[in-house]
Amino acid sequence: MTAFLQRGAQVPGNPGFSGAAVTLAGTDWLLSMVEMGWSTRNGDGKAMEMSDKARKELEKIEQQIVRLRAVPGQDPDTRGQIDQLNQRVGLLRDQLSQNPNRPKSAWEKAELARHPQRPYMLDYIERIFTDFSEIHGDRSFRDDHAMVCGMARFHGEEVLVVGQQKARDTKQKVYRNFGMPNPEGYRKALRTMKIAAKFQRPVICFVDTDGAYPGIDAEERGQGEAIARNLLEMSRLEVPTIAIVIGVGGSGGALAIAVADRVLMMENSIYSVISPEGCASIMWRDASKKELAAEAMRITAGDLKELGLIDSIVPEPEGGAHTNHEAAATFVDNALQQSLADLKKLPVKNLVAARYDKFRNMGQFFRVEAQ
Amino acid sequence: MTWFKRQSGELDTSGEKNVRTEGLWIKCESCRQIIWKKDIEENLNVCPKCDKHFRIDARTRLAQLLDDGQYETFDANLVSTDPLKFVDLKAYSSRLKQAQSDTGLKDAVINAKGKLNGRPVIVSSMEYAFIGGSMGAVVGEEIARAVEHAAAQKVPLIIVSASGGARMMEGVISLMQLAKISAALARLDEAKVPYISLLTDPTTGGVTASFAMLGDLNIAEPGALIGFAGPRVIEQTIRQKLPQGFQRSEFLLEHGMLDAVVPRKELKSYIDRALSFMAQKAA
Ligand SMILES: [Zn+2]
Repeated sequence: MTAFLQRGAQVPGNPGFSGAAVTLAGTDWLLSMVEMGWSTRNGDGKAMEMSDKARKELEKIEQQIVRLRAVPGQDPDTRGQIDQLNQRVGLLRDQLSQNPNRPKSAWEKAELARHPQRPYMLDYIERIFTDFSEIHGDRSFRDDHAMVCGMARFHGEEVLVVGQQKARDTKQKVYRNFGMPNPEGYRKALRTMKIAAKFQRPVICFVDTDGAYPGIDAEERGQGEAIARNLLEMSRLEVPTIAIVIGVGGSGGALAIAVADRVLMMENSIYSVISPEGCASIMWRDASKKELAAEAMRITAGDLKELGLIDSIVPEPEGGAHTNHEAAATFVDNALQQSLADLKKLPVKNLVAARYDKFRNMGQFFRVEAQ
Repeated sequence: MTWFKRQSGELDTSGEKNVRTEGLWIKCESCRQIIWKKDIEENLNVCPKCDKHFRIDARTRLAQLLDDGQYETFDANLVSTDPLKFVDLKAYSSRLKQAQSDTGLKDAVINAKGKLNGRPVIVSSMEYAFIGGSMGAVVGEEIARAVEHAAAQKVPLIIVSASGGARMMEGVISLMQLAKISAALARLDEAKVPYISLLTDPTTGGVTASFAMLGDLNIAEPGALIGFAGPRVIEQTIRQKLPQGFQRSEFLLEHGMLDAVVPRKELKSYIDRALSFMAQKAA
């Protein structure tokens, strides 16, 4: 830590050392140094020593924050930035405390959601469903391996399963395109959902994608149109629909199979409009601010439930779904059974109307101001 | 600092005449010719030399599309409550205030009723100058209301897109607006009310992945940037240069993703033609 500070101190005009006056920029700079030092820790014996030093620096920073707050007549921008400094100190303190019982930060959940040993869609299909028969292709261009669709039996009942599939080894990752569908994947999903609707079979979607694939051919074939069409058609699909975010719910590419009667999220999954890294590099112009961005965007299952954007949270085994695939599958199985039983009580007409109302009234965060 | 001061001092001594003429001429960013500003304005903000379509604000758009530049706005008083209390390098609340004072609008869209060649229409016109035309809860609600009005009154709907996509500062709330508007459009579709989507420069991200691509006809102005993923994101992903003209209107037309590319001065007649085709036949 000291090394960082000394190196910084040689920079002329360094805001952290501009005399006795505490400035927002100065405190921000100091904190960045501590964050940087902590994030580059290498896990050897020095970690303890480093955390002691970091704690001391944090105390200093907290005192500076108190002094910054005491300055009268601040605009909301400045106040917001001071709050944010405070939040960053809190995040660092959490990480330094190494208390296993503390609540996980949004970024830690993002890491769990992306854990390479986390169960993927087919891991659940194998454990929860029987008689799975895949349906391939969009009947127009090709078969997208990042999107898996098929007929399956769920406790004896015929259902359609749809979902993005990630992979663990390099060859499979390429085959699955890292779980990022192209337009034909979304079109295959919609095509199969229409078959399910025709024969009155419920649809269960497993959401797990960093996003729809951003590529030249994806654009040429209308990635936007494919997603848009799914949103529209899913909103009026005449059959019970359930979507469960099992890992990463990456923006429009996730929503394109998640306009459902019930939207569930696993405890350590995330759902966001852009990746924390993407948000950090645009809004903070610094991708390393990903932890802050993750916190600010409110991407955890708890956040979304609180904001009324999902219906319920599915628990995971202690330590996360990756520690025990069987236990994770049991939780998912129970949640799906519960949701499906609830939905089947309603006539399909009411179901579609309720689905419309749900999305129509979702996220209405505005007030009416006098002209 | 001193250098800057001296320069502005020089400007002062050079006389007012010079300063005033500067505002009357515009250098076209496309053909680099110096053009009389009034000539551009009289040409619907299209370069008379090279046909470059300059971006226009939502009010100018409405005035150009609707008869005699006349229209009546509705639902213009919704304001974001900053649900996430989002702060990055700036507070979202102050970004909102800044955008409101810059544009005189409460958010990034204007809902309007007016006539297009004598035909009543409802138009939602997006304002790119308001935080990049991004869509949060207010834009979502306003466009959903416009769709519902169109369905209830059986009046054709035109949505003019100009947007960078979902508004990050409202997180997943902004994402859910895509579902909201798309669901409303499904009902408009069932009511058999015409919907023309007009895509203008730029239309990207969540807007392209929802209502902008869901028109009975999706038409665009020449040269508009239209895409789902932004060009920079794609470049970073595939690590190669993008082809010339990629994600421009003409490129999308060539790939079958647009129904027509229509020059600004022909927009009104094209839309009128389409609405005539779509008008419900008398029983
Ligand atoms: Zn020109």
